[in-house]
Amino acid sequence: MKIHEYQAKQILSKFGVQTPKGEVAFTPAEAKKIADKIGPRVVVKAQIHAGGRGKGGGVKIANTPQEAEALAQDMIGMTLVTHQTGPEGKIVKRILVEEALDIDRELYIGIVIDRAKEAPVVMASSEGGVEIEKVAAETPELIFKEYINPATGFLGFQARKLAFQLGLEGDTLKQAVKFLNALYKAFQATDASLAEINPLLITKQGNVLALDAKMNFNNNALVRHPEVLEMRDIDEEDPLEVEASKFGLNYIKLDGNVGCMVNGAGLAMATMDIIMLSGGMPANFLDVGGGVSEEAVKNAFKILVSDQDVKAALINIFGGIVRCDLVASGIVKAAKELGLKVPMVVRLEGTNVEQGKKILEESGLSFQSASSMQEAADKVVPLATQGQ
Amino acid sequence: MSILIDEKTRVVVQGITGGEGTFHTQRMQEYGTNVVAGVTPGKGGQTHLDVPVFNTVADAVIKKGANASAIFVPPFFAADAIMEAADAGVKLVVCITEGLPTFDMIKVKQYLKDKDCHLIGPNTPGIISPGKCKIGIMPGHIHSPGTIGIISRSGTLTYEAVQQVSIQGYGQSTAIGIGGDPIVGLKFIELLQMFKEDDGTEAVILIGEIGGSAEEEAAAYIEKEFTKPVVSFIAGQTAPPGRRMGHAGAIIAGGKGTAKEKMEALEKAGVYVAKSPADMGAKLKEALA
Repeated sequence: MKIHEYQAKQILSKFGVQTPKGEVAFTPAEAKKIADKIGPRVVVKAQIHAGGRGKGGGVKIANTPQEAEALAQDMIGMTLVTHQTGPEGKIVKRILVEEALDIDRELYIGIVIDRAKEAPVVMASSEGGVEIEKVAAETPELIFKEYINPATGFLGFQARKLAFQLGLEGDTLKQAVKFLNALYKAFQATDASLAEINPLLITKQGNVLALDAKMNFNNNALVRHPEVLEMRDIDEEDPLEVEASKFGLNYIKLDGNVGCMVNGAGLAMATMDIIMLSGGMPANFLDVGGGVSEEAVKNAFKILVSDQDVKAALINIFGGIVRCDLVASGIVKAAKELGLKVPMVVRLEGTNVEQGKKILEESGLSFQSASSMQEAADKVVPLATQGQ
Repeated sequence: MSILIDEKTRVVVQGITGGEGTFHTQRMQEYGTNVVAGVTPGKGGQTHLDVPVFNTVADAVIKKGANASAIFVPPFFAADAIMEAADAGVKLVVCITEGLPTFDMIKVKQYLKDKDCHLIGPNTPGIISPGKCKIGIMPGHIHSPGTIGIISRSGTLTYEAVQQVSIQGYGQSTAIGIGGDPIVGLKFIELLQMFKEDDGTEAVILIGEIGGSAEEEAAAYIEKEFTKPVVSFIAGQTAPPGRRMGHAGAIIAGGKGTAKEKMEALEKAGVYVAKSPADMGAKLKEALA
């Protein structure tokens, strides 16, 4: 799960990470009030779940509270397009009003889980303010890394080592060590999957603060962090994806026009792939779960038919423990209830597959049946093209 | 022949009295798996599905000689269950449970470092040596004994591979789902090493997916050390970056972990890479020709 910058800063400051003074505003009046309190000079930052906001016009400086109010007026409700939002952009609904600081240097600190090493890794770089992927690709020697042993946690010498490698000294070095320790504590205590400070600000006075902050969390652990779960902003997510998540379905909207419904994540990705290899493009990823309950089929069906971009759909179920005849009944029931709005190709395989096919044929609905993945893809792609 | 499990495997089911535990223990018993004990703390002394239930895994090991475990406990208790089994001396732990927090798995992997215990999963359909033993939730009847080893990050996609292998006239020595999470127990390389030593395995099908670098690491190993033919398919060629595709581990992050990179690495290592999921069987035939 992702959260906004201002929410990440709220969490981090609880753990002792230094952040600029600032508050979230939902209206221009609120923005002015905050600027009155912490200004006069403030930064107004659009709060969306995407990076690259500065270049898109989502980060601006106001010299007076009145200017802050005017900037907020422009920003709230605007559609912000950045390289991470896609061409459709995202509507700004909240802004962060923060004290403006004198920048001396911009550094980078990030913590993620390294999958190959099976441990958290704290990364630091003197190249702040730019995309770290770019630094990693072009000048990997400028990224310093310390892997964390889960038995000991982040050790004092590791934090000092990184701070020295960043070229810090004196009081700034001490502050940076404290900052790193607090950041790791926050990462671990909240089951985060990412904590990224880019840039980490060194002010002209030598103080260390998080100018920007990004945190993502391990979805599996959210139940034990209700305070984090509360920060979820459904406005930032695709409405169909939110709907699917309510039913425990894994759904991701894509750009194509061939809808698909599959049991199991791996088979669902493979189904998308074969649609592409057969000349079509998938409209979505949709995993109804290995067990394919009747309820899941119905809800998945609802989501498929409510997507206007879907011109034809492919249902690919490999029934194992669950029998194909039961799956077929579920599909027929859902189709009768919700209507068969686009042509559908159904590929059933596994236990009781013949009975399952018979149920589909005798339903009186115009399902097309396929015996293999390839046959199913070959049938569905032209149907989607015709429907276009 | 087979790897990790065979007719001598004695299974304890952790969480045997729960809904999932009960259902799948019955399916395992039907398949012929020797389930010797169950564990549900507080229900020790009862009998469930004709199997004695114990309070601890240690009791199941001492009293019934359990040497493998299947875990069906809820996600927040699963890490503890894995470590309990390892501590009790169980040699193979298969964690079916899905949804373990990543930090829990980091601790588990650290704990297992000095234990004589292999972990499969979490978030796995399990492992099957057809005709001998099944520990997991896969449909037993689609499998048949044979000489093809299968290692996969997926569930139903593995069943698809099993079926294609059958159509070509082959069966499986052992099929293993390694789990869809970012951090799992046994990975491709350890299992390839076991298949290398197994006389009953003629070729291996390796089914990967986007996310992480396990396939690239496997490719490097295959190139240097593995002499049997390997066929591979990587799911997620059409997956967009930055989105988690159902499995917690299936995500292209920071431009890394794409299907393309993995397919190229495997091809370079001499692996027969099927571009389409429909071609796994045909590629196997080609590899064994």
